[in-house]
Amino acid sequence: MKLITDSQIWKSIFRHKYPDNSRDQALAVLSNVFLHLHPIKVRKSGVRMSFTWCMGGLTFFLFLVETITGVLLMFYYRPVVEYAYNDIKALRDHVPIGIMRELHRWGAHLMVITVWLHMLRVFLTGSYKPPREFNWNVGVILLVLTLLLSFTGYLLPWDQLAIWAITVGTNMARATPLMGHEGPGAAFIQLGDVSLVTAGSDVRFGLLGSKTVGAATLLRFYVLHCIAVPLGAGLLIAVHFWRVRKDGGISGPM
Amino acid sequence: MLAFYVPNLPEFIKNFIDGLLEPTTYFILSVVGLWAMIQFRAVWTRGWFIGSAFGLAVVFYFWSLTDENFKLIVGKPDNVPISILFFSLAFFLWVAFRKMVINDRLLDKGLPTFEHRESNRRVYCWPDRVDTEFLVLILCTVLLLVWAYYLKAPLEEPASLVKTPNPSKAPWYFLGLQEMLVYYDPWLAGVVFPTFILNGLMAIPYIDMNPKGCGYYTFKERRFAISTFLFGFVVLWVTLIILGTFLRGPNWNFFGPYAYWDPHKVVSLNNVNLSEYFYLVWLGRALPVNILLRELPGFIVIIAYFSVLPPLLANLFFRKFYKDLGFIRYQTMIFFLLCMAALPLKMVLRWTVNLKYIVAIPEYFFNI
Repeated sequence: MKLITDSQIWKSIFRHKYPDNSRDQALAVLSNVFLHLHPIKVRKSGVRMSFTWCMGGLTFFLFLVETITGVLLMFYYRPVVEYAYNDIKALRDHVPIGIMRELHRWGAHLMVITVWLHMLRVFLTGSYKPPREFNWNVGVILLVLTLLLSFTGYLLPWDQLAIWAITVGTNMARATPLMGHEGPGAAFIQLGDVSLVTAGSDVRFGLLGSKTVGAATLLRFYVLHCIAVPLGAGLLIAVHFWRVRKDGGISGPM
Repeated sequence: MLAFYVPNLPEFIKNFIDGLLEPTTYFILSVVGLWAMIQFRAVWTRGWFIGSAFGLAVVFYFWSLTDENFKLIVGKPDNVPISILFFSLAFFLWVAFRKMVINDRLLDKGLPTFEHRESNRRVYCWPDRVDTEFLVLILCTVLLLVWAYYLKAPLEEPASLVKTPNPSKAPWYFLGLQEMLVYYDPWLAGVVFPTFILNGLMAIPYIDMNPKGCGYYTFKERRFAISTFLFGFVVLWVTLIILGTFLRGPNWNFFGPYAYWDPHKVVSLNNVNLSEYFYLVWLGRALPVNILLRELPGFIVIIAYFSVLPPLLANLFFRKFYKDLGFIRYQTMIFFLLCMAALPLKMVLRWTVNLKYIVAIPEYFFNI
C-alpha cells in the first residue's frame, strides 16, 4: 500500500496525505476540482440531512445521470420520424437487461420531484431571504429549464404517449394573448385585411416548426433537449453554485 | 402469489372513497387537510402518530392495488412518480413541521433554536459534508437501478395524429394546469397563470420583508408566508396534479380511483355566463348586441376585484403588512395573492351557481 501511495504516479494525482488531519482535510477539498465546489468548512447546522434533505445535491446528481445516460442513448437514436420509434423499440427488444432508457426516464421524473422538494426546503427555511434573493431567482429559472428538459424529452420516443402529451401541452401556446392565433387580441393584429397572427405564423408555430406536432417538431425538440436546454441549465447551475458560496454558503441563522 | 391470500378491498369502502373524492369534496378536503396540518402540527408530528398514519397509508395503498381500476391508473409507468411524490412530500413535510414545532417551543422559552446553537460551529467539509453526499448518491443510484430494472419505460403504438387517445393528457407535472382548464380558458390556465406563478415565485424574496426566520425552521415567526406557500404548492399544485392524473378519465370526466373509466359517461354541462345571469335572469331582458355593454357587469367585477379589494384588504386584514411593505411591495404581493385566489374562487362559483365565464367574449377568445 505504501509502495503505491509513495509512488510518483499517486503523488502526481493526489497532492495531500490521507485526510485525517485539518491540513489534509482542507487540501482534500481545495485540491480537487469537483470537491472545491464546497468551502473548506461549513456550518454544523448546514451539514445535517434533516436541514437540507440533500435535495439540491441530489438534483445535481440526477442532472449528471441524465447527461451520461443521455449521451449513451444518443448513440442509438435518430431524431427522424422514419427511425425514431424503431430505434427506441430496438433498444427495448434487442438489448438484454437494457435499462439505459429506464434510467434516463425515471431519473428525469425523479429530478422534477427533487427540484420541487428542494424549493420547498429552501422556502421553509427562509433561505431565499437577503442576501440570497438573486439565487432564488436563478433557481426558479432552473425549475423552468428542468421542466423544459423533461417536456422536450417526452416527445422523442415518438409513440402515442409522446405525441399527444406534447400536442396537449403545446396547444396552450395557441391561446397566448396577442401571439397565438386563438389568443385574445390576436385578431386585432392585422395589416389591412391580412391577419398577421395565424396558425402558420404564431408562437405555437415557432415552437413546433409546423402547424401540428410533426417531423420538424421532433428535430427541434431533439436539439433543444440535447443541446440548447442542457447548456443553459449547465451554465445556470454553475451560477447557482457560485452564488451559494458567495452569498454565505448553506443558510443558517445569523 | 401473495395477492391470492389478500381479500379484496370491500365495495362499500371503494364507493365511499369514490364519492369522497369528487372534485368538490376533494378540493374542500385538501384545504381542510392543510388547515388541520398547520393547526394541529404539534399533535400529528409526534413519532407514533405520523408513524402509524404513514404505515396505514402505505398498507391502504397496497391493499387498494387489489382493485383492478386502481391498479390500472396508479400502476401506469409514468404515474409511478406521482406516488413517489405523494409519499416523499408527506415525509418531508413531517420532517419540516417536526423541526418547526421543536424550534418554536425553544423560541417561546427564549432559547436558541436547533440551528442557532450549531450555526456558529464550523466543521470540515471532508468528511462531514462529503460523506453524506456520497451516501445519498449511492442510495439514489440503487433506487434508480432497482426502479429501472423492474419497471420498463412505456412505449405505446407509433405516433399517429389521426388516432386521438381519450383522455389526452400532458406529462404528469403539468396536469395541475390541465385541471385548471376546467375552470379557465387556455389563455389563462395555460399561458397567463403559469407566467404569473413563475413571476410570483421570483417576487417572493422581494416582497417578504420579514427579517426573521432566515436559515432555520420556524412556523410562528412566518405564519402568513408559510401558509400561503403551502396552499399554493400542496393544495393548488400537487393535489391538482393527483386529481388531474388519477381522477380524470375520458372526456376529462371525473372518475373515482376505483371506478371504471367509462368513455360513454355523460355529464350534463349547464354552465351559465355572468352576463346571462345579469341580463336574462336579473333584469329579465335580452342580451345587448354591443359586446362591451353585454360584458360590462363582468368587467366591473374583474376591475373591482383587482382595484377595490387591495385597499380594502389593506385596511381590514393587512394593516401591518401595508405598513411594513410600502405601497409597491404591497400591491405586488396582493396582485399575486388575488391571482392565486382566483382559481379556488372560480371553483366555488362553478360548483355553487354554475358560473361559466365572468367575462365571455368568445368572438375574440377573451373569456375569463
